[in-house]
Formats: sequence, structure tokens, C-alpha cells
Amino acid sequence: MSMLNIFSVAGSAVSAQSQRLNTVATNLANADTVAGPDGQSFKARQVLFQTQPMGDQGAAGVRVAQVLEDQTPGRRVHDPKHPAADADGYVTYANVNAVEEMVNMISASRSYQNNVEVMNTAKTLLLKTLQMGQGS
Amino acid sequence: MLDRLSDPLAFQSEALVLRAERQRLLASNIANADTPGYVARDMDFATALRQATGAQALPQSMATTHAGHLAPKTGAASEPGLLYASASQTNLDRNTVDMDRERANFADNAVKYEATLRFLNGSVSTMLNAIKGQ
Repeated sequence: MSMLNIFSVAGSAVSAQSQRLNTVATNLANADTVAGPDGQSFKARQVLFQTQPMGDQGAAGVRVAQVLEDQTPGRRVHDPKHPAADADGYVTYANVNAVEEMVNMISASRSYQNNVEVMNTAKTLLLKTLQMGQGS
Repeated sequence: MLDRLSDPLAFQSEALVLRAERQRLLASNIANADTPGYVARDMDFATALRQATGAQALPQSMATTHAGHLAPKTGAASEPGLLYASASQTNLDRNTVDMDRERANFADNAVKYEATLRFLNGSVSTMLNAIKGQ
């Protein structure tokens, strides 16, 4: 039954999108963290999606292939009174761009909703298929 | 005798199977809307249905002259017969899924799947009525 495959396809997409939402939440939560004693500030994370064949021909799911760390240097703010300031009086914050993360969040939530709708439609169609020949 | 009972169902059941396959393809496209480099796929439904019901011959497949030769599937519904969607708007990550088009196709295919189901149900109840003589 090829329609049952839709649940694994859309399900993989939903789980991948929720992982994307998770990384967005991590980034936003750490947007204002400063560098620790080792001088390393929090690095923004991004998920990398990859197509995953789902057995049957034509069915293609999604998986998170990798979680990448953004290697751009963090935001540096001159604040000599800050306890975490370095010798020159600069504080290094995480390299999170809050605007980009918000856009990412909206995109992830839309994709999530789309895939949930796909599953709902497939479920309705399959339930109707189960009742085939019974209505008179 | 049994042919007369099952013949009217054959066409609709072929159509139903193809509709289910197309639904799966469209679900794959929607699932991969954010995957970099993914190319959306779709099938030519009319050709696939004509080939499934025998109204149109399948394209010539490669000859298998040895037991170890693979016989690839042919036809519009098979993997090599599927078409690639071209991008309606260019994309930085080379993804060609157009969400508006895919959602429209998905809804359209769902309605047509249900229509095929109703045709099938209609033939079944017609035959049941004939058998019961009511």
C-alpha cells in the first residue's frame, strides 16, 4: 500500500523541522551569552537537511545530515565595566543574529504545518479507502 | 462470467493505485521543501493511466539476455519515467519545490482520489444490487 508510505515521509519531515526549531530555540536562548574564561563564545547552530530515500521508488523523506556551527566571530562590544571584559575592555557575545533566527523559526513552523496537513489528508483518504464497498 | 463482475472495477482500481502513487510523490516534494539541491518530481498522470490500462504501449525496455541482467521498470509511473519540475523562481539552494504549486496539486489529487473511490463504490453497490435483485 503506497499511501502508508506518506506517513513515514511526512513524519521524517516533521521530525527534521522540529529539530530545526530546536536549534533556533537554542540559538535565541544563547543570543546574549558572553564568552567564557576560554574566550570562546557560543556559536550559532544550523541544521543541514538531506533527502533520504524511503524504500519505495519515488518516496523521499528528509533527515538532518549535520548540525553546523557558524564560525563567524562573535559580536564585540566595548564595555570595560563588564565582569567578562578582556584586557582591552571588549566583551565578546554569541554570533547569533536574532532576526535571522526569527525568520528561520517562521519558515520551520510553516513547513511543519504543511507536513501535518499532508498527514491529515493521507489519513482521511486511507480511512475512506478502508470503507470501500461498505456504503450502499 | 466473473470477468463481467470484475472488468468495470479494473480501470478504476488502476486509477486509484496511480492516484495513491502520485499522492506519495507530492508528499515527498512537500517534505523536501527545505532540502538544499532537491528537485521536485511529478508524473504524467494521463500517460501513466493509459499505460497501466494497456491503451498505450509501454516504451521499449532493454533486452535481458542473461540471468544476471536487470530489467528496469518502464512507463510514466516508474522511476525513470517520472518528470522533473523546473523551478518557477530561482533559489539560492537549487531547490525546485514550489510550495504553492505542490499544495494545489496535493489538494487536487486528494479530491480526484476520493472521486475514484466513489466511482469504485458506485460500481460495487450497483453489482451488489444486481446480485441481490432488489
